[in-house]
Amino acid sequence: MPTFRSGALAASAAVAVSFAAFTGTAFAQKKYDTGASDTEIKIGNIMPYSGPASAYGAIGKTEEAYFRMINDQGGINGRKINFISYDDAYSPPKAVEQARKLVESDEVLAVFNPLGTPSNTAIQKYLNAKKVPQLFVATGASKWNDPKHFPWTIGWQPSYQSEAQIYVKYILKEKPNAKVAILYQNDDFGKDYLKGTLDGFGDKAKSMVIAEEAYEISEPSIDGHIVKLKALDPDVLLIYTTPKFGAQTIRKTAELGWKPMQILTNVSASVGSVMKPAGFDNSQGVLSAAYAKDPTDPQWDNDPKFKNWHAFVDKYMPGASKSDSNLVYGYGAAATLVEVLKRCGDDLTRANVMKQAASLKDFEPDTLLPGIKINTSPTDFAPISQLQMMRFKGERWDLFGDIISADTTAAD
Amino acid sequence: MSALQEVVNDTQPVETTPKKYMALGTTASVVVVLLLCLAPLIAKNFVIFQMTMVLIYAIAVLALNILTGGSGQFSLGQSAFYAVGAYSSAILMENFGVNYALTLPISGAICFLCGYLFGLPALRLSGIYLALATFALATAMPQLLKLHYFEHWTGGVQGLVITKPDAPFGLPMSQDMWLYYFVLVVSMVIYVASVNLLKSRSGRAMMAIRDNEIAASAMGVDVARYKTLAFGVSAGITGVAGGLGAIAVQFVAPDSYTIQLAIALFLGMVVGGVGWLPGSIVGAAFIVFVPNIAEEFSKGLSGAVFGVILVLIIFLLPHGSRQIAYTVQNWVHKLGRRG
Repeated sequence: MPTFRSGALAASAAVAVSFAAFTGTAFAQKKYDTGASDTEIKIGNIMPYSGPASAYGAIGKTEEAYFRMINDQGGINGRKINFISYDDAYSPPKAVEQARKLVESDEVLAVFNPLGTPSNTAIQKYLNAKKVPQLFVATGASKWNDPKHFPWTIGWQPSYQSEAQIYVKYILKEKPNAKVAILYQNDDFGKDYLKGTLDGFGDKAKSMVIAEEAYEISEPSIDGHIVKLKALDPDVLLIYTTPKFGAQTIRKTAELGWKPMQILTNVSASVGSVMKPAGFDNSQGVLSAAYAKDPTDPQWDNDPKFKNWHAFVDKYMPGASKSDSNLVYGYGAAATLVEVLKRCGDDLTRANVMKQAASLKDFEPDTLLPGIKINTSPTDFAPISQLQMMRFKGERWDLFGDIISADTTAAD
Repeated sequence: MSALQEVVNDTQPVETTPKKYMALGTTASVVVVLLLCLAPLIAKNFVIFQMTMVLIYAIAVLALNILTGGSGQFSLGQSAFYAVGAYSSAILMENFGVNYALTLPISGAICFLCGYLFGLPALRLSGIYLALATFALATAMPQLLKLHYFEHWTGGVQGLVITKPDAPFGLPMSQDMWLYYFVLVVSMVIYVASVNLLKSRSGRAMMAIRDNEIAASAMGVDVARYKTLAFGVSAGITGVAGGLGAIAVQFVAPDSYTIQLAIALFLGMVVGGVGWLPGSIVGAAFIVFVPNIAEEFSKGLSGAVFGVILVLIIFLLPHGSRQIAYTVQNWVHKLGRRG
C-alpha cells in the first residue's frame, strides 16, 4: 500500500480503512485513521494550566516530557509522538472548545488524559459521537467505566467510590460497631467519596454514620468543622479532603487531643505535602490506601523501577519539584498510553486504539505499587482498580494487608 | 465629609457617552452583518463553534454594557445571571422536553425577575459597593447550584448534559452552522432592541442617572425605577446568552459559571469600549481568542502573557475598540472630503 501524502487522499484512505474495519475485512498492511502516519502519531490533551486547578498542569508537562523521552529513544514502532496539549483553565465550555480544536483543527488520533470531572463530562458526548478515543481520563469519578453507553471513553486511576468502599470494608472488619464521621469537600470529588462510603455501609449507614460534614474549598481553615465533629464523639473520622485541608485536619485533631481512627483519602496521602506539614508526631497511625509510589516516601529511593522515574525527571524535567505527586501520575499515565500504542503496531486506527486500550493484561508502569497491575477488558473500562491499605509510621507509609481489588462493575 | 466619601461619591464611574455614538452607522452595520453572515460558509465547523461562542459572549457583554454604560451601575455578578439562564434552559430542555428555542424567552424572563429583585437592595449601594455586592452574588452562585435541595434538577456537581439541536426543516447544514445562524439572529434582535432602548425615553432616563443622579431626580426621573429596570433588562439579556451558551456547549455545571466568567465579561466590556454597544462583539472576541493566543506564547505563563496584552491594550487604547472605530471613521471622512 503506497504512502499517501496529500490530505484528500489521506482522508479517503481513512474512510476506506474505517469501511474495511466496519465490514470486518482484515488488511495485513498499515492502517491509519486521521492523526496517524508512517512518521507521526498525533495525541491531544487538555489540562488546566491556568485557573484554580493549575497545580495539575504539572501532569501535562510531565506527559510532554515523557513523550519527548520516547521520541528521543526512537519513538513507537518508528513513529514520533506529537503531543498537543491545550489549556482549559478548568472551565467546561473552554474544554469543549479545546476538544473540538484538537479533533477538527489539529486532527489528533485520540484525546489522552484530559483532566477534571466537569471538563471530561462536557466533552464525553462529543468525542463519542465523533468516535475519537477519550483515553485514560484524569479523574476519579466512577462513571467513566461505562463501555456500553460510552465505548470511546476509558478511565485510568481507581475511582473515588471504589476507594471509599475499601475503607468501609476495613472499618466493618476492624470496628464493626464504630460511630463514623465523614468530612468531605463540597464538590464532585468529595461527593463521590461520600456516595461510595454510604453505598458501602448500605443499611448500616443509618446507624453507623453519625455525621456528614461538608466544607468549601474556598474556606481558609476547617478547624471549626473539626471542633464540631469532635463534639459528636465519633470513633472513626473519614477525611475526604484535598492536601491542604488534610494537613489541617490531622494537625487540629491532634491539637484537640482527639484520637479517633483516621482514614485519609489517597489524594491527600502525600508525605511531603500533608504528613510533614501536619507534623509527623500528629500523623502516627493515620490510615490510607494507595496505588502509586509516593515520591516523598524514602522507601522507594532504592526501588529499581522507581529509579527510572528519578532518572527521567532529572534528565527531562530538570528543576521540577520531585515532591509533586503529579509527576508520578503523569509518568504512569503516559507510560500506559505508550504501551497501548506499541500494541497497536501498524494498525493505528481509532477503533484499534480503543480495542488495545481495552485489552491490557497485567501491565505494570514503574510508578505503581509492587503487585498492582493494569487490566482492562471490553466490559471493564477501569484500568487501575487495585489499592493497598497503609498506615503512617515514623516518617513513611507502611503498606499492610493484601492488595485489594475494588472492581466496580460497569454501569448498565 | 471624609476624603474617602468624596472619592466614592464624587467620581463619575463611567465616562459620558453621547447618545449618537452608542451604535454603528448604517453602512458599517450592513458591512458587519454581511461579514457575520458569510463567514461560516468558508470556515470549518470548529471555527463556526468558536464564532458562536463569540456571539453568545457578545450578548452577555452587551447586557453588561447596558447596565454599566447605560445606567452607570457596576456589576461583577453577571456570571450568576448567565448561570441561571443556562440552567433554566438546560432543565427545561432535559427534564421537561421543551424546545430549545422556547426555553430562551423563559430563561430571559426568569433572569429579568432575578435581576429586578436583586436590583431592589442594590439601589442602596453605588460604585464600588455595588461591585462588591454583585461580586458576592457571583461567588455564591456555583455553591447554590451544588445545593442538595436542587440536586434533583441541577444534577448537583455533575451538571447536566444537553442534546444539541439539529437544523430544522431538513436544511442541509451542520448542527454548528445552524446554531450559529440561530444565535446570530437572536443577537441581532437583542442588539437592535438594546440600541432602541437606549435611544428611547427610558434610555435617556438611565443615562441621565448615570451622568448625575441628583440632577436626574430633580428633572423628575424615577431613579429607583430605572435603576432596577436596568438591572432587570441586563440580567434578562444575560440569561438569554446563558441559555444559548448551554445549548452550544451541550453541558452545564457549576464550574462553568465561576467568578472567572464574570471577570471575563467585565474585561470584554472594557476592551470593547464601555457604553459603546458594537464594541461588545470585539470584547467577546477578545475573551475567546486572546487566552488562546497567550497560550501559544507559553503554557506555564499564559496568565502572565494575557495580563501583559491586557495592560498594553488599556495603556494604548483606554477607550477600547471604540477608539479604533473612531480613528477609522475619521480617516474615512477625510478621504471622503478629499475625493
